Amino acid sequence: MNPIISAKDVTFAYPAYEGEASQTVLDDISIDIRPGEFVAVLGHNGSGKSTLAKHFNAILLPSGGTVWVAGIDTRIEDKIYDIRQTVGMVFQNPDNQLVATIVEEDVAFALENLGVPPAEIRARVDDALKSVGMYEYREHAPHQLSGGQKQRIAIAGVIAMRPRCIVLDEPTAMLDPRGREEVLATIRGLNREHGITVVLITHYMDEAALCDRVVVVDNGRMLLDGVPKEVFSHVTILKEVGLDVPQVTELAYGLRCAGYPVPEDIIFEEECVDAIAALLEGRHVDHKN
Amino acid sequence: MLKDITIGQYFPGKSVLHRLDPRVKIILTFLYIVVLFAASNPLGLLIGIFFLIVAYGVSRVPPRMILKSLKPVLPIILFTTLLNVFFIEGEILWHWAFLTITKEGVATAVIMSVRIACLIAGTSLLTYTTSPIALTDGLERLMGPLKKIRFPVHELAMMMTIALRFIPTLIEETDKIMSAQKARGADMESGGLMQRAKALVPVLIPLFVSAFRRADELAMAMECRCYRGGEGRTRMKQLHVGGVDAVCTLFVLLCLAGVIAVNLYAPPLF
Repeated sequence: MNPIISAKDVTFAYPAYEGEASQTVLDDISIDIRPGEFVAVLGHNGSGKSTLAKHFNAILLPSGGTVWVAGIDTRIEDKIYDIRQTVGMVFQNPDNQLVATIVEEDVAFALENLGVPPAEIRARVDDALKSVGMYEYREHAPHQLSGGQKQRIAIAGVIAMRPRCIVLDEPTAMLDPRGREEVLATIRGLNREHGITVVLITHYMDEAALCDRVVVVDNGRMLLDGVPKEVFSHVTILKEVGLDVPQVTELAYGLRCAGYPVPEDIIFEEECVDAIAALLEGRHVDHKN
Repeated sequence: MLKDITIGQYFPGKSVLHRLDPRVKIILTFLYIVVLFAASNPLGLLIGIFFLIVAYGVSRVPPRMILKSLKPVLPIILFTTLLNVFFIEGEILWHWAFLTITKEGVATAVIMSVRIACLIAGTSLLTYTTSPIALTDGLERLMGPLKKIRFPVHELAMMMTIALRFIPTLIEETDKIMSAQKARGADMESGGLMQRAKALVPVLIPLFVSAFRRADELAMAMECRCYRGGEGRTRMKQLHVGGVDAVCTLFVLLCLAGVIAVNLYAPPLF
């Protein structure tokens, strides 16, 4: 299948100001995102992960290299609304991306912009609100909702465009644990049930562990790219660039360093519990002998 | 304390007036103003008052809201009353030093103050029964024809909507910043006017900085959702003029006709 987003040798630099050198944010990044994938992009602050995300729907255009969205070069100006309809984007602060004073009007915003006929807008807004589980709140004002609910409305506003892919730029960074859980469950549902490709920019390791694929970005370069188990097994590389691994991975890593035979690819709690239980039983048996 | 501020003065309800098309309501409010100013004698004004009583009755907005709406304009009413009472010449009723009260003066004063009171109470009813967002919507559509002369109707309506959307957010933020500054020992409750105004500077600066950042992010989010101005835009909610609107329009027109008839045929009181 053709990739839905494809970046080739993408470089991005903010233009130089007087007396200052231009600042390179992305340095020769190539990545293909295939339809239906659930990809996490990891990196610490200033690693360029948000800048990369903004290249995926033509908010930013590469200084060098090319980005294609569904086969369209993002630099073609006439196609910009096709691109933004194909790849929707959700940002970190839910407060700053809701436009209207009523939930359903906000969800309708993108469709109104696209000139969709009113009856169809109504149907698509209802669908979008149901798919994020916020249909009952359609007549509320955004400021009456919790952070997680607001973020789900923001997601619904993007989903209403029926995009093939959504890019979420740290959507849970400003939420409490419950809100985070709500939003993650929503995103996972959209990916699994509706087949929408998801690119999740995050710095939470446990969120990344749930994805199909993890890409680690540091200093504008792509460092690692693979399934979570593989990526998180590179504990030392991740630590070098200032990223943590999931707690259980770290525990297993510590055990391994201390000479205990623990598998390298532990990323979930249950796996860790099993491994340690096996270890303890094994030792117990050893002791008896 | 800041959380108590309500936007506009919408009084939620499901009455006939609440359900009127906002466009019709705005036009009818203008017509009512015409009625009030066309009424040149007390009988005509009585029609205006009668209309108000019926309208408030139908809207189920509590009558004390009339007083609430009149409170801010009370000084203006008093001022015009005083001017009219003392400065209109005619049949002298009372005289002391340089002050004279005339019969015509008292009559004009009463008519003027009743007229202003009705005007305010009537126009307030529009904002009591129409949510700010419906009002903006109605205005945008009413001013639609002005687009032909390049008047930025859609842009103005969008600005209004965004302002309405962000007022609660910014109020919340102001509250937070004030608490933060108080926690660092800022004193905002004592001192004179100047001192208090100065104490607000450390609140306003972070508020402005954050408002600009929000604006930037909002603009990007709007772009992501394909916003490109009013051109080719459709709306989910369509406004419909229905039977209720027709009945209400008829009622206002009857009032207007009544006032004109009174002006023409009723004998002038003075």
